[in-house]
Amino acid sequence: MTTHNPPPRTAPPAPDAARPVLTVRDLNVVYRGDRTVHAVKDVSLTLHRGEILGLAGESGCGKSTLAYAVNRLHEWPAEVSSGTVTFHDRDGHDLDLLALRDEELRRFRWSKLSMVFQGAMNALNPVTTVRAQLEDVLTTHRPGMSKQQRRARCAEVLDLVGVEPGRMHSYPHELSGGMRQRVMIAMALLLDPQVMIMDEPTTALDVLVQRGILREILRLRDELGFAVVFITHDLPLLLELSDRIAVMLRGEIVEYDTAETLYRHPRHPYTRQLLESFPSLTGERGAFLRATGPASPPAAGPAPHDQARPAGSTR
Amino acid sequence: MRYYARKTGFYLVALWAAVTLNFFIPRMMPGNPVDILMAKLQQRGGTVGPSVRRSYELLLGADHSDSLAQQYLSYLNNLLHGDFGISVSAYPAKVSDVIGQSLPWTIALVGLATLISFVLGLTLGALVGWKRGSWLDSIIPGTTVLAAVPYFWLALILAALLSSTLNWFPLLGGYDVTYDIGWNWDFVSSAVQHGILPALTIVISSVGGWLLGMRNMMVSTAAEDYILTARAKGLRNRRVMIRYAARNAALPSVAGFATSLGFVVSGSVMTEQVFSYPGIGGRLLQAVENNDYALMQGIFLVITVAVLGANLLVDLLYGLIDPRTRAGN
Amino acid sequence: MTTQLPLPDGLADLPPGAPGTTAPPSGRRTGWRAVLPTWTPKLAIGLGLVAAVALFGLLGPLLAGDPNTIRNIGLTGPSGDHWLGTTQTGQDVLDQLTRATRGSLQIGLFVGVLATALSALVGVVGGYAGGLVDEAFSLLSNVMLVIPGLPLVIVISGFVPAEQRGSWTVVLVLALTGWASAARVLRAQTLSVRNRDYVAAAKVAGEKPWRVICVEILPNLLPVLASQFVFSVVAAILSEAGLSFLGLGASNSSTLGTMLYFAQNGFALQRDAWWWFVPPGLIIAALGCGLALVNLSLDEIINPRLRRPGRRRNTPEKADRSPNHAVRSTAA
Repeated sequence: MTTHNPPPRTAPPAPDAARPVLTVRDLNVVYRGDRTVHAVKDVSLTLHRGEILGLAGESGCGKSTLAYAVNRLHEWPAEVSSGTVTFHDRDGHDLDLLALRDEELRRFRWSKLSMVFQGAMNALNPVTTVRAQLEDVLTTHRPGMSKQQRRARCAEVLDLVGVEPGRMHSYPHELSGGMRQRVMIAMALLLDPQVMIMDEPTTALDVLVQRGILREILRLRDELGFAVVFITHDLPLLLELSDRIAVMLRGEIVEYDTAETLYRHPRHPYTRQLLESFPSLTGERGAFLRATGPASPPAAGPAPHDQARPAGSTR
Repeated sequence: MRYYARKTGFYLVALWAAVTLNFFIPRMMPGNPVDILMAKLQQRGGTVGPSVRRSYELLLGADHSDSLAQQYLSYLNNLLHGDFGISVSAYPAKVSDVIGQSLPWTIALVGLATLISFVLGLTLGALVGWKRGSWLDSIIPGTTVLAAVPYFWLALILAALLSSTLNWFPLLGGYDVTYDIGWNWDFVSSAVQHGILPALTIVISSVGGWLLGMRNMMVSTAAEDYILTARAKGLRNRRVMIRYAARNAALPSVAGFATSLGFVVSGSVMTEQVFSYPGIGGRLLQAVENNDYALMQGIFLVITVAVLGANLLVDLLYGLIDPRTRAGN
Repeated sequence: MTTQLPLPDGLADLPPGAPGTTAPPSGRRTGWRAVLPTWTPKLAIGLGLVAAVALFGLLGPLLAGDPNTIRNIGLTGPSGDHWLGTTQTGQDVLDQLTRATRGSLQIGLFVGVLATALSALVGVVGGYAGGLVDEAFSLLSNVMLVIPGLPLVIVISGFVPAEQRGSWTVVLVLALTGWASAARVLRAQTLSVRNRDYVAAAKVAGEKPWRVICVEILPNLLPVLASQFVFSVVAAILSEAGLSFLGLGASNSSTLGTMLYFAQNGFALQRDAWWWFVPPGLIIAALGCGLALVNLSLDEIINPRLRRPGRRRNTPEKADRSPNHAVRSTAA
């Protein structure tokens, strides 16, 4: 997509609209129990190549359940009761994710679709080094790689996210929250995936670190061209970050549109509520992130509030 | 480094507490153990010189000429020199020699059986916890029953079944007494043969606790975020289970292994009583039956030192497998 | 007041499988409702077993004959007259069993109460007070924990002449050597409860420390206390049986342990008199199992993760996060 002229912020649909990478059709997820709970109701979404799709909603609305179901990470008693999830591979093949057998699913995970969890919390194994957890991915998915190649690749991705490669010998508890999050992103980059699902990746971080990481995500997306599903309860943040946004309420998608339209003309009362419930972080929405992304021209609006970048974020 | 210093300091305090307890217990108890001892010694034809009496008095506290503080210091001094006095029940052997003869038996039997039980329990517990909801869950009630049965009762019934009725194993003792003790094939094979049944009873009665503890930790760990990450990474199930779940879930069990060593020694008393095994636990009971107070106290101290030492070892090892402890808190 | 959250010593320091190794349920539960476990088959069986053994020990001696009556029908098997046969000296095993069960239950209960009280004192007060008191109390319980218990008990018993070794001596010795692990668990739980908002609020409101402990903290610890109590009762009954079997038990009382001691010394198993040796062990096992099952139900209050996912009320509200809480994989 780097060859394209990046669309101006005001223009509707996302880049590469013609080439979807992930299609979800009429997906339903239920929790079996004494009382069956319908966590995801008739959800249909399309993620295009290189697009950032925001998934907004308060906790418990089913957004994480939806994201996990896409990668089939949901576990009993959660169950996909109907619908399809299709992955459109680079080479033109379509994969029906819900029909993959265990081994196929395992190979699919991370190599085509990786995930970023709240690394600041507990997403890294506390008792092994960062290097071991990075190399784990390579030894499993790329058995042909030599030790040196693995080491080099790990250093490369760490470098990409602005972590000094020497830190790979650290244990998670020796890293700051922001660093851990960067390591998580580096890990997600290892196999050059086409889709990255980010589940509240910046929630536990302070605002400054959060900005640095969001900027990094945008930059990497522009350089490497993966598509992102970005899950958060923070709608204003999504407005700045996403191409399109889906707003979820009690398992249903109540509004699904470009960030611009959603901001200017919210149709659903819940969206309006969400928009009003967050004070603007930066004074003017849509300013600070887009303005500095290399591939995005500055958006209309006041000058970016470009705070000093956190030390690790420069490259 | 602070972690190691703290641990070492703690065990020194514990050692001091045990030694002091050992000093005060006979002094707080009713009766006059020294007189009983001297009488016993005379029965056995021992020469009862004043020095022997004096050493017993120091140990057991019937000496009223010295102050308590002086007694305590002399007592510590004797201990430092490995002088526990003379055993009455094995007269004229020194207490330290009696202990030296029986300790290896206990360490070999109980130590090995405990290690086997620990490893087995952790492995099974990891499997049961990981495959929760499968048929493996049906193991749990069995372990609950085993944990509730008195050990000696189970051991005696097993002994009656496997040894007396089926004749698979020799019933009593640590080896066939017709062989000479030493590194010869006959003796070693006989010792191994005699050890299997007691070891089996130890494993059967203790494996359930490890299994249950590990299983519960495994269930808790399986809900951690890093397990989700590992699964999302497309790692093989085995690898997620071992490297991510079990590696973390085992930490409390390893720490618990240290505290369990005390129970292990306690168990050895029972085992050795049931099977007339020539270990240190059996000796302790003989000492109690014969009012051999010196031997009793010596064995208690040796057991305590051994348990504390093993504890320290496990704790230091723990620092290696959990990087977070090394950082110090 | 600091809002800093001192982590309870970490998982590392707790014995395996101890409750309290995981975060307690957030939110405040009110006293008695928290102690009452949800009704499950497990709990029903457990309570049933305990009730059966308790009734047997309570009412049995009233219905049974004199357990010490000696008859000239030594070691006869179960029959209509003697349901569980007779001992070497022709005493009725069933009569003895009722008496022994009562004795064991008594000792178990007394030790349980004493040990739990001691552990609550050391654990809760230490955990709440913090500072030097906590350091001292922790050190005390940790030292008690690493000094091997049974050898200590044996040594103590060895110094007490047999004729002076009554059941109270045994109770005291078992309680004094058996409180330490419970104290550690309670301390860890106290630390986590201590920092909850309503405790802080009570402290700010100027409540006296003992009142904060009794009103705000203890009710939250009830499930843990109950589970530790059950645990120490089981431990006491087993230890007493062990001591008696070694010939170091109480000389003036009859317990399941002394019964086994006499059975073993009468070579019950060698003479195939299983009816003499097996029943006392089975009673202990039944009681132990029952209490263990009750404890499992208590553990599920303390640590909701151990519940079978999706069966209880905790899943629906947390639908968004529960992929993490469930364990069985759809891929498996």
